[in-house]
Amino acid sequence: MTAPLLDVKDLRVSFPGRGFRAKPVEVLHGVSLSIAPGEALGVVGESGSGKTTIGRAVLGLVKPSGGSMTFAGRDITAASAKERRALARDIQVVFQDPYTSLNPAMEIGDILSEPLVIQGATPKDARTRVRTLLDQVGLPSDAVHRLPREFSGGQRQRVAIARALAPEPKLIVCDEPVSALDLSTQARVLDLFIDIQRRTGVAFMFISHDLAVVRHVSHRVGVLYRGDMVETGPADKVTSAPDHPYTQKLLLAAPVSDPVAQRQRREERQRRAQEAREQVLPAGVA
Amino acid sequence: MTELEVVDTEVVSKDEKTPRIGRRSPWRRLLRDPQAVITGGIILAFVVLGLLADVIPSYGPNEASLQAYNADVGTEGYPLGADASGRDILSRLLHSINTSMVAGLIGSSVALVIGVTFGLIGGYLGPRVRGTTEWIFALIQTFPGLLLLIILTPITKGDFRATMLIFGVLLAPGIYRIVRNQVLGVKNELYVDAARVSGLTNRRIMSRHILLSVRGPVIIAAAFMFGTAIALQSGLAFLGVGSAGVPSFGAMISEGFTNLYSEPTQFLWPSLALGLLTAALVLLGNSLRDAFQGARPKAAKIAPPKVLREDGTVPSAAAAPAESPGLLVVEDLAIAYPTPSGELRTVVDGVSLRLDAGETLGVVGESGSGKTQTAFAVLGVLPPEAVVTRGSIRLEGRELLGLSEGELRTLRGRSIAYVPQEPMSNLNPTFTIGAQLVEGLRSSGSMSKQEARERVLALLGRVGIPDPERTFRSYPHQISGGMAQRVLIAGAVASRPKVLIADEPTTALDVTVQAEILDLLRDLQAELGMAVLLVTHNFGVVADICGRIAVMKQGEVVESGPTTELFSDPQHPYTRMLLGAILDEETVRTDGPVAAPVPLGTDAR
Repeated sequence: MTAPLLDVKDLRVSFPGRGFRAKPVEVLHGVSLSIAPGEALGVVGESGSGKTTIGRAVLGLVKPSGGSMTFAGRDITAASAKERRALARDIQVVFQDPYTSLNPAMEIGDILSEPLVIQGATPKDARTRVRTLLDQVGLPSDAVHRLPREFSGGQRQRVAIARALAPEPKLIVCDEPVSALDLSTQARVLDLFIDIQRRTGVAFMFISHDLAVVRHVSHRVGVLYRGDMVETGPADKVTSAPDHPYTQKLLLAAPVSDPVAQRQRREERQRRAQEAREQVLPAGVA
Repeated sequence: MTELEVVDTEVVSKDEKTPRIGRRSPWRRLLRDPQAVITGGIILAFVVLGLLADVIPSYGPNEASLQAYNADVGTEGYPLGADASGRDILSRLLHSINTSMVAGLIGSSVALVIGVTFGLIGGYLGPRVRGTTEWIFALIQTFPGLLLLIILTPITKGDFRATMLIFGVLLAPGIYRIVRNQVLGVKNELYVDAARVSGLTNRRIMSRHILLSVRGPVIIAAAFMFGTAIALQSGLAFLGVGSAGVPSFGAMISEGFTNLYSEPTQFLWPSLALGLLTAALVLLGNSLRDAFQGARPKAAKIAPPKVLREDGTVPSAAAAPAESPGLLVVEDLAIAYPTPSGELRTVVDGVSLRLDAGETLGVVGESGSGKTQTAFAVLGVLPPEAVVTRGSIRLEGRELLGLSEGELRTLRGRSIAYVPQEPMSNLNPTFTIGAQLVEGLRSSGSMSKQEARERVLALLGRVGIPDPERTFRSYPHQISGGMAQRVLIAGAVASRPKVLIADEPTTALDVTVQAEILDLLRDLQAELGMAVLLVTHNFGVVADICGRIAVMKQGEVVESGPTTELFSDPQHPYTRMLLGAILDEETVRTDGPVAAPVPLGTDAR
């Protein structure tokens, strides 16, 4: 295996507790993962599993309380604000909500060219580049002078993807990038992600609650449960024939879009739930 | 209501000219507001007159002439007369405008510079910096402004500009607070995070992203502070604080006041000018607020939902065809909303649905398809501005459209129940869950408190809540989203309704919880024999629980039929497209990672 692009070891994150002298709440209890160059790692978990926090730690938006993060051989666990700004060239983000992740008061052209100008591009180069980017994500070039609110959810998410692509990063953290979108839009945006990865070799950390979405775009998948990585492996293995009981439960709970298959899945799930109850009961009686 | 707004066209073709709705800038909107134009015009006229203060009158503001002592209006050379010192009132009036304007400018700009700077810093940076700025500005605010300015006269030497400089500092906490609150609201927005990830410095994020979003309220506040500064300067001059050589409205009013009985017009002119100027400023501030923050809809425009019939008759129960056997029948329903231009925009166009007793009908569609609007129409909870342009909704043969709110309420309590998408926002955070359920139960029937309590506890147990007693005593924030949805389902089925309408009941929940809630709905349906109308965008949910499906697209039902048939043999191209877009379980990504990055824009494709 090639040297990983991102290597996270035993990452811990705590948030201050609520109230006076409250204990901090640890949301990640030592999570390890690695992403190779050009690879898509899916991170699945339910609400409260800490999946978003991993992404935010990698992006430098929350400070880890333990563990280490290495990016392209450099330790970024406690990167200073200045080092973080330099990292912006290499690590980018696409957030879940395309309605709040774009500044409503800025035109699309400014949103896209700002990071380029910051990195030292001339305004003219930035303009040319913005057109290329818009073309790559399938938006017309006259979008430059429009405001985010003139676009639908799917189109806004394309703008957000273009913004992430602007500095030619090596890694993009995608935090639930399609869960706010309609079904048909979702499929097209996912295809766009795959297409971009094939063309540019950017690596993805793809965070989602939806096994189907993760299966569609990931090479490898990690399953998070209450702040612990319970299972990692190749995407088809983890999302179709998982080993860990929690992943199995997750898979059986996701409804299939086929009435016959779904009936079988439901019965299987109910049978297992029944078994679990029966196992607990005798123990409780004893 | 976001449902209505965007019909996802995804990729705009290059030649398509989408109408630029709401693209007008607030300034442009301001120009279309008569109040803003008139008050702006008045202020502009004041400024122009002030600039011409040395040109129009024949005498300087402090030129006293004994002959002109208390001259009447219209005296040669003194069009507005002269005051007790024989000075030209018109000249003094025009020079007073300049004094006021300079006072307002100094006061409000000092307040703006200090307030905005520290508001940005205090709001954006950490709690320690915020604590310090907070403390300082709270201290400034405790100073009694007028007294302080009078006490400081020896330092300011009576110069109104120095006074205004200090007053600006005293006004700054107002701006500081506005900016700080706005920044606190904006700084956790995702676009600020995105800017941080883009490598922007804090200073640039504050000046580009945050200041841009908070500018509206600041401009509004500045307009009001301009007025405040003028009023305060006049007040001080009226009290005689400040140099007597500077003509100002306050000093003129004070002088006119002493002459009020003999020469009332001397008092009138400056009062009129000052009143007009400050009123114009306040009204302009109001217009600014409307333009920047969006005017509230006028109350007169809101009317109860109308039912329009082509023949003008109100639908009645007798008009319903007798042969309709369905439990709930929606026929040719059309719902429209008025647009700002006054026309009606149709969001549901001729929808017909039929729900038989004991069956589950799934209404599937993407955002903007009108599925939620249809459900709301059945429940009789459409927003007041909605107009039902045609159609009929019948429950057991009884027409629901046109029923009074009271009749609908009885119906909603007994025959039709509702399970919403967001369980948490449908529970009142200030009451315990038990109190809310008991109240709901007692309002729809005559039940004693004790009976209701027992029934609620039984229901909570029935919907799978492990410890009903404890949940009964809990407040909504103490339970999870899945439990909250169970509570709402318990409330919905309490009156053994004939029809349950569930609007995306599991969308906000985790998949493992979703599966349990769907199981619960299925069990309850079998047990109570109720019909379920399930609105959803998720085909997996439909496949799991629905017997029949209606697929909606842009306000119309494009296809409906039994679930198994619709999945195995979809007829309409839209249904096929939707089914094709589902991420199935067979396709797994097969291509391996591409190791060598290709710079964007250089690839040949």
